[in-house]
Amino acid sequence: MGSIGSIRTGAQMLWESLVREGVSTVFGYPGGAILPAYDALLEYPIRHVLVRHEQGATHMADGYARASGEVGVAVATSGPGATNMVTGIATAMLDSSPIVCITGQVGSKVLGSDAFQETDVTGVTLPITKHNYLVSDVSEVAPTIHEAFYVARSGRPGPVLVDITKDAQQSSGEFVWDPSPVRLPGYRPDLRASDAEYQQAVELINNAKRPIIFAGHGVMLSGATDLVRELAERANIPIAMTLLGIGSFPALHPLNLGMMGMHGEAWVNQAIQEADLLLAFGMRFDDRVTGNVKTYAPNARKIHIDIDPAEFNKNVIVDVALAGDLSAVLRDLLPKIERGDRSGWLATIAEVKGDSAVRDVQNIPDSGHLYAAHVINDIWRLTDGQAVVVTDVGQHQMWEAQYYHHQEPRSLITSGGLGTMGFALPAAIGAKLARPDAEVWVIVGDGGFQMTMCELATIAQEKIKINVAIINNGYLGMVRQWQEFFYERRYAATPLLSPDFAKLADAFGLRGATVSLRPDVVPTIEMARAAPGTVVINFKVEQEDTVYPMVPAGADLHAMIRRPSPSPIVETADD
Amino acid sequence: MWGAAPPKKMRHTFVVHVEDKPGVLNRVASLFRRRAFNIESLTVGHTETDGVSRMTIVVNTDVNGARRIEANLYKLVNVLRVTDLTGQAAVIRDLTLIRVAASHETRTHVMQLVDTFRARVVDVAPDSLIIEATGTEEKVDGLLRVLRPFGVLEMVRTGRVAMARGRQSVATEPTGGAPADAPDDNVSHSV
Repeated sequence: MGSIGSIRTGAQMLWESLVREGVSTVFGYPGGAILPAYDALLEYPIRHVLVRHEQGATHMADGYARASGEVGVAVATSGPGATNMVTGIATAMLDSSPIVCITGQVGSKVLGSDAFQETDVTGVTLPITKHNYLVSDVSEVAPTIHEAFYVARSGRPGPVLVDITKDAQQSSGEFVWDPSPVRLPGYRPDLRASDAEYQQAVELINNAKRPIIFAGHGVMLSGATDLVRELAERANIPIAMTLLGIGSFPALHPLNLGMMGMHGEAWVNQAIQEADLLLAFGMRFDDRVTGNVKTYAPNARKIHIDIDPAEFNKNVIVDVALAGDLSAVLRDLLPKIERGDRSGWLATIAEVKGDSAVRDVQNIPDSGHLYAAHVINDIWRLTDGQAVVVTDVGQHQMWEAQYYHHQEPRSLITSGGLGTMGFALPAAIGAKLARPDAEVWVIVGDGGFQMTMCELATIAQEKIKINVAIINNGYLGMVRQWQEFFYERRYAATPLLSPDFAKLADAFGLRGATVSLRPDVVPTIEMARAAPGTVVINFKVEQEDTVYPMVPAGADLHAMIRRPSPSPIVETADD
Repeated sequence: MWGAAPPKKMRHTFVVHVEDKPGVLNRVASLFRRRAFNIESLTVGHTETDGVSRMTIVVNTDVNGARRIEANLYKLVNVLRVTDLTGQAAVIRDLTLIRVAASHETRTHVMQLVDTFRARVVDVAPDSLIIEATGTEEKVDGLLRVLRPFGVLEMVRTGRVAMARGRQSVATEPTGGAPADAPDDNVSHSV
């Protein structure tokens, strides 16, 4: 079975194993306990991207994984190196992103002694990894790396951490690589629902008058975009997307409704409340999607297809739950799905859509103010909707979801589940290295940008070409919005002083620009696109702008705060 | 669905087979904490198979919670098999050691009670006895009630261990037999 190897150190085995897993790029930061591994790195054909903070390494690995579908790899030393990774690992966990984190650990003889830079890393990361390993014997290095990649990418993907003691890196042994598929007795990612459950689903779909498909991140993770489209077109079922589902169905397709949930458009959420069937594909009914679950989609039967049975009936009780890989399930379902004419249902939705359009900020005449929505929509127009956009967390993230119309899978990369500020810039570096030919745009707030802006140095050192659009409103905007709506405009700790971002870019050896007038938006975007290196644009936008519509946390999905037209109004689907 | 009364909570007994590897107990216990379930009791020990440990975990939850526990346990790479024995015919036991005050005058009385409960005395000191009792939790609770007036000085209980009745192993459906938690006189007396 295993190829006969030769004598290697554990450090060499690590890189040799990574190469055999197809790894060409890793993101990392050296330190004492991982030094033997770094010493051996020079012998292997792997590009190492030196980050400025280990959190950045994990986000880069995550961005790499989301952009390519391949496993991303981050490397750090023991103790603080590893604990700095925690936010990035948790981000990948919540968004089912396959990354493998390699951390050095103190020597096995001093494990548990509070040695210098010792932290119980497998203990710390236990609840935020899909699985983790402590390797203290050189013979375990290769099989553990092989297993880690398998666990990370199979089933519901997720982060896996491998903690390797310094002595396991230093000692030598015979390198044996067993390329055969990993078999784990307690790990079964290949579930299949019963025929009876399939039959129930088929009947519900064929009999539904007002169905909606929900496309989540799982659609892309399963590679099921074409099958979902085939189902939607055959049965004439409109599709709403979760934030992470954006891109799984072409935004400009007539059956596309757009994003659902807290900042979903009114027609989407109203359609959900009126639907008689929800077909939930690879999503998990997050609270940002459902609003008040007690009044959620009250008329709808619910079919939930997910690879993770632990998601069934967690937040929303469903009628039929089909466990399995979405592509496999849809391949089984599709032949039994009848062609449907649901023009009445689609017309009902279109009516609400027309009503919403008049409130759209795109239709507000230029008053000398610069709105984030204008900037984002211009980036969309000028990039033909073909860019890979990496967003941070907050208002700009929601505006991006509303005003950049993604046609392709894996073209929006954003931290959904954990909502990690500081994600965008490093994740974009990972995305660009995964897809060097793609045009990559970072859309980020002035708050989130300052959390990880040290990675501009990584961009400069690695000569990476991306474009950064800072949506600078001088506030931690989304928190300010909540304060405006729910805390009587008491802006505690949300006004934000920022450096001159253009000068900052200059200091890093990159190009910077500042835009505060509408007419300058398009030429500056064009300048950035044409520039050979990374350009950081500081868009100074309207300070107290608000993301509409909004379903307040825990409120009924149909009770959204709509866009003011012309003055702020709160209305429900009934009025 | 909504508007209906919330599902009833009851004690669920899970039998969990896991790989006998370092840290697995931590992974299982951490999962219950992480998902906000409170463990009432947890026992762990070897099984008939080398390298496989068996946990018996008791949790107070509703049917939906029990299903989520099972699904989440299966997500742990080291978990091999999960069975919710609740509602199945099962032998359920709790081993208890009780040190009870017993003077020359009361010793005979205490020993009679111990006999009635089919427990046994495993250690005798001038002013106390150690009693070993095995049985359902209800039976042990009953013994404790009658011993308390004499003075219970110390007690340790293992928590619930369970095994499905009949010839079927725990992974299979029950085939009949006595209902779970039924009174059972045939109590083992382990050494």
